[in-house]
Amino acid sequence: MKKTPLLLLLLSITTSYAWALTAEEKGLQIAQKADRLDSGWGDQKQSMEMILRNKQGQESRRQIRGRSLEVIGDGDKALSIFDSPADVKGTAFLSFTHVNEPDDQWLYLPALKRVKRIASKNKSGPFMGSEFAFEDMSSQEVDKYTYKWLRDEQLDGKDVYVIERVPVDKHSGYTRQIVWGDREIYHPLKVEFYDRKNALLKTLVLFDYKQYLGKYWRPDRMEMTNHQNGKSTTLLFTDYVFNNGFSDRDFDRNSLKRAR
Amino acid sequence: MHEFERRFGELVIQYRWLVIIACLLLVGFMASGAKHLSMTTNYRVFFSEDNPQRMAFEALENTYTKNDNVMFVIAPEDGNVFSKKVMEAVYELTEKSWQVPYSSRVDSLTNYQHTEAEGDDLLVEDLVEDPALLTEERLAYIRQVAVNEPLLRHRLVSDRAHVTAVNVTVQLPGINEATETPEVVAFTRNLAAEIEAKYPFIKIYMTGMVMMNNSFSEASQNDMKTLVPLSFLIMMVMLLLMLRGFAGTALTMVVIILSVIAAMGAGGHIGYPITPPSATAPTIILTVAIANSVHVLVTFYHYMREGMDKIAAMIESMRVNLQPVFLTSLTTSIGFMSMNFSDVPPFNHLGNMVAIGVMMSFVLAVTFLPAVISLLPVKVRVHHEKGDRLMLSIGNFVVNNRRKLLPGMTLLVVVLVSFLPRNELNDVFLEYFDETIQFRNDTDFTVKNLTGMYLIDFSVESAEPGGISNPEFLQEVEDFANWFREQPETLHVNVFTDIMKRLNRNLHGDNDAMYKLPDERNLSAQYLLMYEMSLPYGLDLNNQINVDKSATRMVVTLRTLSTNQMIALEKRSSQWLQENAEFIKAAAASGPTMMFAHIGKRNIISMLAGTTIALIMISMILIIALRSFKLGLTSMVPNLVPAAMGFGIWGMLVGEVGLALSVVTSMTLGIVVDDTVHFMSKYQRARRESGLNSEQAVRYAFTSVGRALLTTSVVLIAGFLVLALSSFKLNSGMGLLTALVIALALIADFLLLPPLLMKLEEKSNEKDTAVAPAS
Repeated sequence: MKKTPLLLLLLSITTSYAWALTAEEKGLQIAQKADRLDSGWGDQKQSMEMILRNKQGQESRRQIRGRSLEVIGDGDKALSIFDSPADVKGTAFLSFTHVNEPDDQWLYLPALKRVKRIASKNKSGPFMGSEFAFEDMSSQEVDKYTYKWLRDEQLDGKDVYVIERVPVDKHSGYTRQIVWGDREIYHPLKVEFYDRKNALLKTLVLFDYKQYLGKYWRPDRMEMTNHQNGKSTTLLFTDYVFNNGFSDRDFDRNSLKRAR
Repeated sequence: MHEFERRFGELVIQYRWLVIIACLLLVGFMASGAKHLSMTTNYRVFFSEDNPQRMAFEALENTYTKNDNVMFVIAPEDGNVFSKKVMEAVYELTEKSWQVPYSSRVDSLTNYQHTEAEGDDLLVEDLVEDPALLTEERLAYIRQVAVNEPLLRHRLVSDRAHVTAVNVTVQLPGINEATETPEVVAFTRNLAAEIEAKYPFIKIYMTGMVMMNNSFSEASQNDMKTLVPLSFLIMMVMLLLMLRGFAGTALTMVVIILSVIAAMGAGGHIGYPITPPSATAPTIILTVAIANSVHVLVTFYHYMREGMDKIAAMIESMRVNLQPVFLTSLTTSIGFMSMNFSDVPPFNHLGNMVAIGVMMSFVLAVTFLPAVISLLPVKVRVHHEKGDRLMLSIGNFVVNNRRKLLPGMTLLVVVLVSFLPRNELNDVFLEYFDETIQFRNDTDFTVKNLTGMYLIDFSVESAEPGGISNPEFLQEVEDFANWFREQPETLHVNVFTDIMKRLNRNLHGDNDAMYKLPDERNLSAQYLLMYEMSLPYGLDLNNQINVDKSATRMVVTLRTLSTNQMIALEKRSSQWLQENAEFIKAAAASGPTMMFAHIGKRNIISMLAGTTIALIMISMILIIALRSFKLGLTSMVPNLVPAAMGFGIWGMLVGEVGLALSVVTSMTLGIVVDDTVHFMSKYQRARRESGLNSEQAVRYAFTSVGRALLTTSVVLIAGFLVLALSSFKLNSGMGLLTALVIALALIADFLLLPPLLMKLEEKSNEKDTAVAPAS
């Protein structure tokens, strides 16, 4: 996780200062607080089921196991192992999220028995044909966006802050995102994504946050709806496990082939 | 006799203020619906919700994505696309096209996702990352990649590299169709103008589905702006000639305008959109409904000249006209309402709006018109009109030559009808728009230089999840695509297997020998997974692969074809599938082009039923009205023969009938029947009331209604010829053929019907003279 200047950190603790801040400062402060509250988890793994639906009502499911390792000072490392559909079983995907440069991504293709690096600057396309772009799923670092606090309000009976964040990466598919964040746990409950022409493209809703290790909140379900093409994708998360003892060695090119 | 009619006329005059106010309130209420009228900008309006081709296409769109598009076709004046300056223009246009309202995807040479092997890496990047950095060497490389890439050649770049295109896919939400398309069109036209101004060495042409959709409303607007005023002008001149008075002309125009407003407003209340066919409703109502007022006024002036006072003359005119005017309005409305059988909703709308307009003009002609006239000072010179010499001589000619005319006319009819089968059901929907519509010119340029506007969409299905990675399935898809590429009609095939082959080569170090389909299912699936992860926003494969990866969309681009050629090609392709497909479980052809290819035939079949029912109803009405089974049945001859002759002449001179003409028969049926009604009712009155024999009755019919029939036919022909000037072929063809049929109807009523009546009554003549005439 990106270190934040000590002074700002201190400032953000004292929320009574909030009134004196500009909307931009307040937005950044919220993002930093959310980041701070969710740091220190070390590593985690989880299972994910992805359900794709088109406008015609057809459905398709994919199973993916994920492991991630918290990296202090940069984006996290993540490894995904595809279990189904059968023809991509054993395919493993390794990504190092970076804040200020394109992410590093490798894919192990068992049918080719080779690890291939995906050398592309542009990774804003859909992940496995879903309505999630890779940038929606990778670790959310503070410095990936600039922020602006919009307002506080209630969402489904919960107190939320509403902030707008603008991606720094010029290859992002979005002009901006609006985030409704839970003011108790500092996690997003809803995110709206605006496309390059600033039209509403997608809405993400996150459900059923549960707390792990008495501190870290993770959702059980995410629903992404594309308003322009009428398709939607559901992600169902299960079996969150923390403290797996992962190290960098579990997230390198060689680990891809071993991943089962 | 005619007690009801006389009483009705008296009441109208007695309560004239009430009548006027009630009429205006009724028209006002109906007209208030006009605010709901909006120009449609979607070709889909031509297809009913349950049209099978439309349903198939919408299922395909819901499975993949909608592919409505605007295509900018860029022609550099030096005939070379691959120069730095042109690439800069393409690059800028591509970037700015992402701002087009509702755009979801932009495809061009510069953002084409070029794949390359770099050691063990798969490099996926824009073909032109930064045009400022292009060297001659790099330009040559890009050219070589582009013109050899099956995804690009004949789609986004010509093989001579003299034109290129930027294709913008839009997803119109369809919430407000009247504004969405014009919004996109206005934006893209501005953008094209901006780019042309900045890069004066290129010319930009604009085509695509959105541009076509917009042309529908442009065509309607053109018609509304030019044809409606023109037909008003013509009708006014005609009225002045017929009525020889400004007051009557002005009043008739008021009645017609009120009828048009009421009918269009009623259409708005019902929720009809304005489409090119329904945009002709004002002109048609104007043309068809004018007769009602003319009949009432002509008779009224006649009795005043005979010396009656104003009120008495009007009541007498009502007495004489109420029934025939009602009957002709009714039959005309039935003819137009039979258009409800059409499978093409705009024709349903047109038919109903015209029917409402005609009935409205009847109501106004027998209420509002006499009420207002009774308030106006009307002066005519009293004199006894001389008999109509012209009509009398035609009558004499027909009577004297009846033994020659009957076989002669019958022969003419038979000869003309024998040409009827020469008509071939054929349409080129692109040619619905004539050259005054910019879209047509730009599309013609595009088809000539780059790619087509005619597409067939196939959802090629393997029927198993992930089946698109199955090598046998892929091989079949490629064979199918290659079969299409061999067809002379084909310009381009966009097929997923080309991507697979390219990836296979890339992942084997760009070895050209590996430019083939992967031979293992898992390999294809994993390539695909990898490729999908490398693509940027908006350039994904979701538009050609369905969610469970069981099917892929294949798009075949064709030259501009007629519907017959399209259907023939479709048959050949399904034949190929039948003989060769084992792993392809289904691949139905769909898309707008297929929809238009089938609509003509569907419409003709549906209109056959409509025409038959209209014919039966109209004949029954005539039998009841004439109180004679024989005369009612005889009337079918002059009612049907004109359309048959018209199509015969059409077959001789043109030979192609399309969507437009399939409604002409039922439409003209209701119109031409009016002449028959007038002629036969006069004939019959002469026989029954005055006890004349059939020859004398024919002479009487000629002198009493002959001129009226002639003038109303001239009015109708002129009105429909105005439609023939439409920039929209559906309307111009319909106008031309309708005018022809009406002219033929007049000939049939003058030269065929009387000899036929005299022939039929030859035997009963002697009998009838002995018996007192029935009343």
